[in-house]
Amino acid sequence: MMTRYILNKVFFFILSLFMLASITFMLMKSIPGDPFMSEKNIPPEIKARIMAHYGLDKPIHEQYGIYLSNLVQGNLGISMKMQDREVVEFIRDSFPFSMKLGIVAVIVSVLIGVTLGMTAAFNHRKMLDTSAMVLAVVGVSVPSFVMASILQWLLGVKFPIFNVVGLQEAKDYVLPTIALAALPIAFIARLTRSNMLEVLHSDYIKTARSKGLSTWTVMQRHVLRNGILPVVTYLGPLTANVITGSFIIEQIFGIAGLGKIYVMSIGNRDYSLIMGITIFYGLILMSARFITDLAYGFIDPRIKLGKRKEKAA
Amino acid sequence: MISFNKQRPLSDKQYSAEQFTKVPIDEHAAEAIERESISAWRDAWYRLRSNVGAMFGLSILVLLIVMAFIGPLITPYDYYTNNLELTNQPPSAEHWFGTDDLGRDMFARTWMGARISLIVGFSAALINLIIGVIYGGIMGYIGGRLDDVMNKISEIIYSVPDMLVAILLVVVLEPSLFTIIMALCITGWINMSWIVRGQMMQLKNQEYVLASRSLGASGTRILFRHLVPNSLGPIIVTLTLAVPTAIFSEAVLSFLGLGVQLPAASWGTMINDALKAMILYPWRMLFPAILISLTMLAFNMFGDGLRDALDPKLKK
Repeated sequence: MMTRYILNKVFFFILSLFMLASITFMLMKSIPGDPFMSEKNIPPEIKARIMAHYGLDKPIHEQYGIYLSNLVQGNLGISMKMQDREVVEFIRDSFPFSMKLGIVAVIVSVLIGVTLGMTAAFNHRKMLDTSAMVLAVVGVSVPSFVMASILQWLLGVKFPIFNVVGLQEAKDYVLPTIALAALPIAFIARLTRSNMLEVLHSDYIKTARSKGLSTWTVMQRHVLRNGILPVVTYLGPLTANVITGSFIIEQIFGIAGLGKIYVMSIGNRDYSLIMGITIFYGLILMSARFITDLAYGFIDPRIKLGKRKEKAA
Repeated sequence: MISFNKQRPLSDKQYSAEQFTKVPIDEHAAEAIERESISAWRDAWYRLRSNVGAMFGLSILVLLIVMAFIGPLITPYDYYTNNLELTNQPPSAEHWFGTDDLGRDMFARTWMGARISLIVGFSAALINLIIGVIYGGIMGYIGGRLDDVMNKISEIIYSVPDMLVAILLVVVLEPSLFTIIMALCITGWINMSWIVRGQMMQLKNQEYVLASRSLGASGTRILFRHLVPNSLGPIIVTLTLAVPTAIFSEAVLSFLGLGVQLPAASWGTMINDALKAMILYPWRMLFPAILISLTMLAFNMFGDGLRDALDPKLKK
């Protein structure tokens, strides 16, 4: 049963990656004109040679085949606006910055989110619960760019505690991380709280208590394990949030990460760069979702037994 | 009469059977309903009304919608005329929200931005509702092999990152209100279809549906008398929470320079513009930032309240 589950997920992973690649290819081809339209009066013979050089004279299905085989080899093509640089180079140079910030944001979101959610659940309908949930609603509602702008203005300009832009020292991580993690923290807190409440009111907790187990044992053996488990499913959306957030946060805080390059390529309408980074992001997101599915399959015994869990969004 | 308390007899009087009259039990009176009967929707409304957060959200929403209609009309300035002598003004009696870098009135622009946000939010949610209910309804009601295939298709579409596809589509098709709404609908309907599917699958096996069917009710009657009204609650909640998601996505797109075209401006564009001049003119960011946060907050609080009110499990 477990092998079938994994095979099923692998199949879907490959299929959705193929879908994304095909969508990008179709969209790229549907842009009117060709990449060399902006070059001024090239003689038709030279243009034909350029087109042949880039393989643009071949029939569309052959181009599609070449594109896919290039992708498999990790070749994302050349930037259209900066023709001496490959898309892969851009990604290699800028992604480490985004990754460091992203990982910090993910760790912070999970730690604070789970703590906040558990505090709220253990103090159900008390002051702490209410204030944690009000905080969570605010966190879900304030868009990251608003949060980032306010933080930057307040703690960078008005009270210059932090640097306004850049990512050189450790304290430069503080503001971008808060802005990036605010939304996931709120989500995780709400998720953890509702799961915890469900677990705390379930029969097996009553059983565990009535057979005389100490509060601590009940907590660590039953409550925590079952209550935090669903947070694992949030790993996929969390990655998506951090990536989408990075487009904005890196722009605002002047971090030379991949998000900033992506926004720049959108501004320049550098199609091959946009498509290449999109595929790269798609790969990360789908891998995150894939790992989540696998991890959940291992952790949750219900899936191992082959009982299909009804999908609740 | 037997006295239980020997020390203190109940009374010296002797009672006889004649002194008592028999009170007949009026069976109709016993069955009479004293209180007015409350329908499920009235009950939900009562519970919603007592939820402070939800009512706060609702009043903010009403205010926002009203201001989006009349806001641009109550100021003598329009949202697109440049006035290069009065650029970057702080809020004043003349320009209530100040002016931007081209001297355009921020009050008019902010409420025009509200119009765009609300239009995008409501249209995207509505389109998602229509597609999601039809697709999810077919999946859940018919079931079987068709359900398997359609469910797999929706899972594949869902696995393609939504924001990336939206960005790609708007880049290729050129930004406009229409392309933005369309881009947000490509993957947005799937959540709704899953909700509807789950509801349908759960409801169609209920006893009252079986009873109705065995009494000879037709498929359409069962669908519209039982399945649709009973799944309306979760659908409405999902719809309410889809609006802020769409508004947020539109703001991100316009912040990235993929918003509606000039001179029109949405909140995302305004905040992006204001960010460039943040050190000198911080107030330019103030009103769009507050309003978009407030809109999202209002929708989320109202949606949460609605979910609690429509969930019979949370009934006290």
